[in-house]
Amino acid sequence: MIECVPNEYGRFGDFGGKFVPETLMLPLEEIEAELDKALADESFKQEYIRILQHYSGRPTPLTFAPNLTQRLGGAKIYLKREDLNHTGAHKINNAVGQALLAKRMGKKKLIAETGAGQHGVAAATVAAHFGMDCIVFMGEEDIKRQELNVFRMKLLGAEVVPVSSGNRTLKDATNEAIRYWVAHCDDHFYMIGSVVGPHPYPKMVREFQRIIGDEAKEQFLAREGKLPDVIVACVGGGSNAIGMFYPFLQDDVRLVGVEAAGKGIDTPHHAATITKGTKGVIHGAMTYLLQDEYGQILEPYSISAGLDYPGVGPEHAYLASIGRVRYESATDDEAVAAFQLLAQTEGIIPAIESAHAVAKAVELARGMSPDETVLICLSGRGDKDVQTMMRHLSAKEGEDIAAVR
Amino acid sequence: MPLSVNPPLFIPFIVAGDPTTDVTIDLALALEEAGADILELGVPYSDPLADGPTIQRAAARALDGGMTLPKAIQLIGEMRKKGVNIPIILFTYYNPVLQLGEESFFALAQENGADGVLIPDLPFEESGPIRELGERFGLPLISLVAPTSKQRIERIASAAKGFLYCVSSLGVTGVRETLPETLGDFLREVKRHSRVPVAVGFGISTPGQVAMLKEVCDGVVVGSALVQKVEQLALRLQKPDEREAAVAEFAAYARSLAAPLREPCSSR
Repeated sequence: MIECVPNEYGRFGDFGGKFVPETLMLPLEEIEAELDKALADESFKQEYIRILQHYSGRPTPLTFAPNLTQRLGGAKIYLKREDLNHTGAHKINNAVGQALLAKRMGKKKLIAETGAGQHGVAAATVAAHFGMDCIVFMGEEDIKRQELNVFRMKLLGAEVVPVSSGNRTLKDATNEAIRYWVAHCDDHFYMIGSVVGPHPYPKMVREFQRIIGDEAKEQFLAREGKLPDVIVACVGGGSNAIGMFYPFLQDDVRLVGVEAAGKGIDTPHHAATITKGTKGVIHGAMTYLLQDEYGQILEPYSISAGLDYPGVGPEHAYLASIGRVRYESATDDEAVAAFQLLAQTEGIIPAIESAHAVAKAVELARGMSPDETVLICLSGRGDKDVQTMMRHLSAKEGEDIAAVR
Repeated sequence: MPLSVNPPLFIPFIVAGDPTTDVTIDLALALEEAGADILELGVPYSDPLADGPTIQRAAARALDGGMTLPKAIQLIGEMRKKGVNIPIILFTYYNPVLQLGEESFFALAQENGADGVLIPDLPFEESGPIRELGERFGLPLISLVAPTSKQRIERIASAAKGFLYCVSSLGVTGVRETLPETLGDFLREVKRHSRVPVAVGFGISTPGQVAMLKEVCDGVVVGSALVQKVEQLALRLQKPDEREAAVAEFAAYARSLAAPLREPCSSR
């Protein structure tokens, strides 16, 4: 039996909590109190659902993947199509929820951090929709890698602040967003993009993402008359995975989270936090993280900017520790192969993040029988990754040619 | 021995290993001579959430030089051998403490002559076990209150040991040109609840600010202003023939900041 989590201290077992400067304790308490009220308020929920239906296009479809299923000759594969959301990924679910909460609290200025730019775009989008200001912190390195999303955020009226501290990626952008929040917590709302950070963020983001799993459960039952045997989702901070897994935690369903193994979990170049990390505190939460023996946080690596994070949501750390969810990993190359496979068999180009889940699902489905089923959370679409893919594949081709010579 | 101090308190902050461990020892000696009542020794961290750019850069310099939490603690032992006698508070983020092991951390700190611990990302609710462990080793955990603490002040102040650290304003560490107008009221409110001296920090960088603050509290913590000075002097501090002059310049700067505390109080 899974404990009811988090408890009043924001703990999921040993994980979670609030490890933040004193200045943020009151703002966190205020958010927590308002969140509890909002979640108990039927009109809040209706407004959230209404916006997701009419603005973002929910419910997203559950798509059977016949060609991929046939190609693998194993379990039937289904896709939960979060890629069909407005702005191209599940991030909008959370952004709408938090913007509604900010509105309820009378805050009209949003702060967000972003890695690849998907959460930044979602935050900028809801800010435009609700008539709010939005300031997005983004590492200088990611700004270079994701020029288009930077421009997209600016088009939407957001201010994008380049972050030059540390390695200039998501971890550093999050640090800077928190520092900015400490200075402006009296009139700004910090909209975190994943199930990370201090309590109540991991719980809040879960509540705004569980719509993925709630819908999928109903759709799957309607289609197959039973629950899926296995559900697979990619895990960076882990918001799409928690959103998908949460409604299935009490069911007899195998849940598999897939972390980014980058160039391999036995190299230093990966982002496989649960697989290879140790317990510690990052961005206000006790969780697993990538760190050295002295507790300095290490820079992760993944081809996918959305999975390139040295921590992981505390609820995932908890689910791993009690063995309810199995966490595995997929390398850059495996993700790229899965990216191509799904594109060619089904005409669906997944986000490179989601392709990590596809890679693991493909491996699992092969070994299963045709009367079994696998459900993949297809968290986003891959338009944003086409350039990265071009570079990666032409570099590979170069290597292959060199090897032949 | 419990950390006992007599106000008014001048509490300078420097980063262990910035720019080198030898220099840090010299700076500590200079600060004691300049009238420091307590030294706050910062342990560099890769992700210092409560710190602004000045201390972030100092931490990066120290980490590049190979500084770690155990080495920073051992540096206190070295300081004791070289004649630093004032109380030393270790300022460290929580994660390095967790990795060293909480008990090992306190044992090592005690063995090396530290007098207290300040963990900026360990708020009151999360601090119970560490606070108890600190008591056991005779190393109080210094508590912080912030302008947003409001109804939390009483609870936090009642557990305070040594001195109570008041964060002057919203935001991270760093030099500020102005302090909030409401600071006086906030400090008076904190003092009403506190049984230990109340020191204010974050953004304090001029003798004028120190003069104003001593009217409403028991001491000041000066961090970024001093760290900035170290940054300016870093090259000279590392040259054998210039170090003495650079240390003297640093000491004079520190003395100028402490000076207003030593003048008679105008209104208390």
